[in-house]
Amino acid sequence: MSKKIFMRGNEALAEAAIIAGCRYFFGYPITPQNEVPAYFAMRLPQVKGTFLQAESELAAINMVFGASAAGARVMTSSSSPGISLKQEGISYLAGAELPAVIANIMRGGPGLGNIAGAQGDYFQATKGGGHGDYRIIVLAPYSVQELADLTVLAFDLADTYRMVCMILGDGYLGQMSEPLVLPKPSSKHFDKSGWALNGAKGREPHIIRSLRLNPEHALEDLNVKLQKKYQTVAQNEIRYEEYKTDDAEYLLVGFGICSRIIKAAINGLRDKGVKAGLFRPVTLWPYPYQALQNCAKNVKKVLVVEMNAGQMVEDVRLALNGAVPVDFIGRMGGMIPEVEDIIERIESYAA
Amino acid sequence: MQLNTKNQLQENLIFTRPSSLNARPHHFCPGCGHGIVHRLLAELIDEFDIRQNIILVAPVGCGVLAYFYINVDGCEAAHGRVPAVATGLKRVHPDNIVIGYQGDGDLLAIGIAETIHAANRGENITIIFINNALYGMTGGQMAPTSLVGQKTKTSPYGRSVEEAGYPLKACELLATLAAPVFIERTSVHSIKQIIKTKKAIKKGLSNQIKGKGYSFIEVLSMCPTGWGMKPQAAVEWIETHMVPYYALGNLRDR
Ligand code: SF4
Repeated sequence: MSKKIFMRGNEALAEAAIIAGCRYFFGYPITPQNEVPAYFAMRLPQVKGTFLQAESELAAINMVFGASAAGARVMTSSSSPGISLKQEGISYLAGAELPAVIANIMRGGPGLGNIAGAQGDYFQATKGGGHGDYRIIVLAPYSVQELADLTVLAFDLADTYRMVCMILGDGYLGQMSEPLVLPKPSSKHFDKSGWALNGAKGREPHIIRSLRLNPEHALEDLNVKLQKKYQTVAQNEIRYEEYKTDDAEYLLVGFGICSRIIKAAINGLRDKGVKAGLFRPVTLWPYPYQALQNCAKNVKKVLVVEMNAGQMVEDVRLALNGAVPVDFIGRMGGMIPEVEDIIERIESYAA
Repeated sequence: MQLNTKNQLQENLIFTRPSSLNARPHHFCPGCGHGIVHRLLAELIDEFDIRQNIILVAPVGCGVLAYFYINVDGCEAAHGRVPAVATGLKRVHPDNIVIGYQGDGDLLAIGIAETIHAANRGENITIIFINNALYGMTGGQMAPTSLVGQKTKTSPYGRSVEEAGYPLKACELLATLAAPVFIERTSVHSIKQIIKTKKAIKKGLSNQIKGKGYSFIEVLSMCPTGWGMKPQAAVEWIETHMVPYYALGNLRDR
């Protein structure tokens, strides 16, 4: 019997990570994700885990690198400016094929910006914020329940593909409290004995590295292998949700917290007899291009709503390739799109 | 060589390759100090019989291939992040012996925060710091440890105090912290100093094996290529230029 409890997003994220078997957390304070490290600091000693407040985001991500190389389930969390600092480490994790979970509880930018929730890091998360040809899996929860569920999934995805899996939330999601049923741990087992570091006892030494000095036979080979892996992820791991799309004439597209506002707008529109529906990507990479294309087949117009200047809308246009006109509403700097504005915009299409 | 009773030649080897040192040619320039320190480390790993327990964290710089030469589990770290990676490894496997190997740009420039904080936390790791007064791998640029007046690619008129300040002294900096249990500066420019270096690294490893905490060994090391000198001149330059500024000796042994 799963009991509903009331929890803040950031704390649910941390508890879900512990449920998933994460026993190591390295992080650095930054608002609006501070409840994540505080919760780990309180809980990890109770489960014989290690919480360490690092001297910087750079140190934190590289402690994650070390713990992951040692074979542990490990995570770090931060918010936008701190995630920028972690990008070098993320590229190294990708190059060394190390699994890790990273939460970005996004805030307003650029620069120091502010501490309100925002979605301005979509490009950074999905197009590669660090150097080199690499990908990370990006999950975009829209409720505290989904935040917890996807956190458990994130660890399995990271271990399955030996990749970084990012949970891309935002300050509103991290700060708000909602009822949820805590997720169950997955029963999957991951054998890391073939590559993890723990001293070369009775085996050849393992080496965790991304340095491949020979371009032809080493570095390109590694890249080819990585790209094959990313293709497999793109085939197997696409997730999305559709809401009232069956008969929709207008399709709204949004991710994360923004899709809650869109849902409210859709309900308002439906009350007025306007057939609107929502397509919500849950994986931002791999992006559900094909599913979106199918979903938009019979609609008159697509409206993308984001809390940024228009980032995911580029992937929507890529998916639809001109087949359907695409419009955009975006608020920036921590502002939230208004339900009324969305309703008005959709109504303007019919007028 | 000895003759045994059957009149056969019998080898009596008194100097061999440590079994922890891989039999592969290394990439170091002639007269480079890295090879000496690698060998000392391999000898000690053999002597302690801990080869199967080691995780060696290699830096970005001329030491980057340490895991190719020493036959142990190895891990790369981004430039300057050896102590952070070592911290992650050690926290997961407290029973492994985690050794960080770093150069001067890595440890004192881009990675000085990680250096100080790992030391200040008293991480139970051993850091070997190769100080050769410039960036070797990238072609001889000025390092935080380049001496005043030293000519490098990026200080072509000599390091000026007005422009670049004074060379940083890692051991003295770390000696201001309470947590480290062992801090010593040695050199590999003479037999006597090589023996002292081995002793210091030995202490650093035994501290970790005993769970005592953070040990730091700075080794003044020749970079003939970067200094534009013949190997013999490089050895002398350590004695005449580096040692007077970087005093050899122990700063902490608890
Ligand atoms: S450049 Fe200097 S430190 Fe690097 S291998 Fe050559 S001599 Fe050694």
